[in-house]
Amino acid sequence: MNRAIDLIFHNTTRFFAISVLIVLVALFAVLFNEAKPAMDAFGLDFVVNSKWAPNMEIFGGFPAIYGSIVSTLIAMLIATPIAIGIAIFLSELAPPWLAVPVGMAIELLAAIPSIIYGMWGLFYLAPILRDIWGGNGLGLMTAGIVLSIMILPFMAAITRDAMKTTPDILKESAYGMGATRWEVLKDVVIPYVKSGIIGSIILALGRAVGETMAVTFVMGNAHKVPDSIFKPATSIPVTLANEFTEADTDLYYSSLFYLALILLLISFTVIATAKFWFLRNLRERRI
Amino acid sequence: MLKKTVAALAAGVMAAAAANISGAGASFPAPVYFDWAYLYQKETGNRVNYQSIGSGGGIKQISARTVDFGASDKPLKKRKLDKKRLYQFPAVIGSIVAAYNIPGIKDGELKLENSDLADIFLGKIRYWDDKRIAEDNPGLKLPHKEIVVCRRADGSGTTFNFSYFLSHVSSEWADSVGIGKALDWPTGLGGKGNEGVSSLITQNPYSIGYVEYAYKVKNGFGAAVLQTKSGKWVEAKEENFKAAAKYAKWSPENHFHQILALQPGDESYPIVAATFILLPRENSEMNKEVVRFFDFAFKKGDEDARKLGYIPLPAETKEMVRRYWMEHGIY
Repeated sequence: MNRAIDLIFHNTTRFFAISVLIVLVALFAVLFNEAKPAMDAFGLDFVVNSKWAPNMEIFGGFPAIYGSIVSTLIAMLIATPIAIGIAIFLSELAPPWLAVPVGMAIELLAAIPSIIYGMWGLFYLAPILRDIWGGNGLGLMTAGIVLSIMILPFMAAITRDAMKTTPDILKESAYGMGATRWEVLKDVVIPYVKSGIIGSIILALGRAVGETMAVTFVMGNAHKVPDSIFKPATSIPVTLANEFTEADTDLYYSSLFYLALILLLISFTVIATAKFWFLRNLRERRI
Repeated sequence: MLKKTVAALAAGVMAAAAANISGAGASFPAPVYFDWAYLYQKETGNRVNYQSIGSGGGIKQISARTVDFGASDKPLKKRKLDKKRLYQFPAVIGSIVAAYNIPGIKDGELKLENSDLADIFLGKIRYWDDKRIAEDNPGLKLPHKEIVVCRRADGSGTTFNFSYFLSHVSSEWADSVGIGKALDWPTGLGGKGNEGVSSLITQNPYSIGYVEYAYKVKNGFGAAVLQTKSGKWVEAKEENFKAAAKYAKWSPENHFHQILALQPGDESYPIVAATFILLPRENSEMNKEVVRFFDFAFKKGDEDARKLGYIPLPAETKEMVRRYWMEHGIY
């Protein structure tokens, strides 16, 4: 009887685990299948071609791919140092009466739906940026800033939690040997939680690269590779969100799927590289 | 107790008897369809559920027969209708205006030659005080500010009609950009839907964009004075839209396929567009329900359509549509 329960339990959990794999494979298969006509028509030129003219049946994905990568990079450049700074302050430096409310505020910020960041970006941030940089305040830079604010609390919260796992005994030993606060941070805490920090960066990167709503509002929606990051551009999720409902020719529809497939491959590559390269390096160094 | 149950049952039966019509498509006429649906339900108890998902979506859904009627701003050609086995007729007429937000310049003060409008959207005229704009507006103090072009980011029947107009007033537009629901825009910011473009215009001083007239009224934008087909100045107002609608040459033989831009006449506003209803050819019982709704709208919906900034079909056109219904046995 017990054996039977064990067996059922074993098989059910195995089925759950495998179903994830099935979903992943099915996703790839569907995207690939739907993207096939566009792949046949444009081949790999799709990735480097910049012209997107649905009415002439010419599709090139470069502006969207470029916009996705650049806006994400800007967001990471802004968010990473600030998030790590916040985490250090909250876990190591702040007195409890400040650390607790600020920590809670950050967790709350992480729960705000992304569309709210988008609306805030369009109605408040864009006019301010317009006054600073000129132009119309919509573009890659604005998208990058909105994204960075969106992923910041998330990164800060994970990094802070990771830092809290540093054993006190390690820190106390360092202080006992006469280390300053800065030295303890640099040589004890940060090396100890490096994988946690990288993990939070990867998760945030994954969130930023696929973000749709926050960015649709502030990207400017132009299928062009802009000559400056202050000019309107587009990204893959933004293009998909804007154009799917009205994609009425087969090639148009298929080209959007091709873009979706490329987005999936980008996120996949980012996470795979991070997992297999950064984290392995870390593990080796620690041993 | 028994009485209550009977009453409840009766209500249930009646609700089942009332028709439930579902439609999907163009966002351009959505406000007036919602209004008509409300009137219709009040009067007859029949519900019309319209989803404003865009013309392309409407064509797709009615082709797949997942809704009872589809709506499109872009008329389908006879060949395509035959292939997809659809009927088509116009429901209401709307107009597209060049709406601007220029501090200091009021509604109807700015005159733009049709070809200059095309050059603005091509990115060739970049400043408001460009001499090509200035020469038509001697009394206006035009600012030396960069023009912020606002246009659609999604595919749209409004874009189709606007680009059709631009292609006929600028050969450069016709050659380099062309006509379509989604375009390779040479310049500008993209917004999703008429609402999105409206909010971009509101947000950005010194901007210009094209929106359906109702959105211009709702947001209090200025609308540029454009030119008729023969080059006369014509304001974006109701009489001029109506003047243009009069010239439409409808023909039931090709299922009313007709693009209304650039009609002749000295008062004809150049960018008016009819919006169309698509019905499946096989489902005649449901079609009768849908036709009953539009017949009701033709009879009682004119006032509301006008209030919302649309132009009701002229009486002769309505008669023509009714004959078309009768001919196909759905009236």
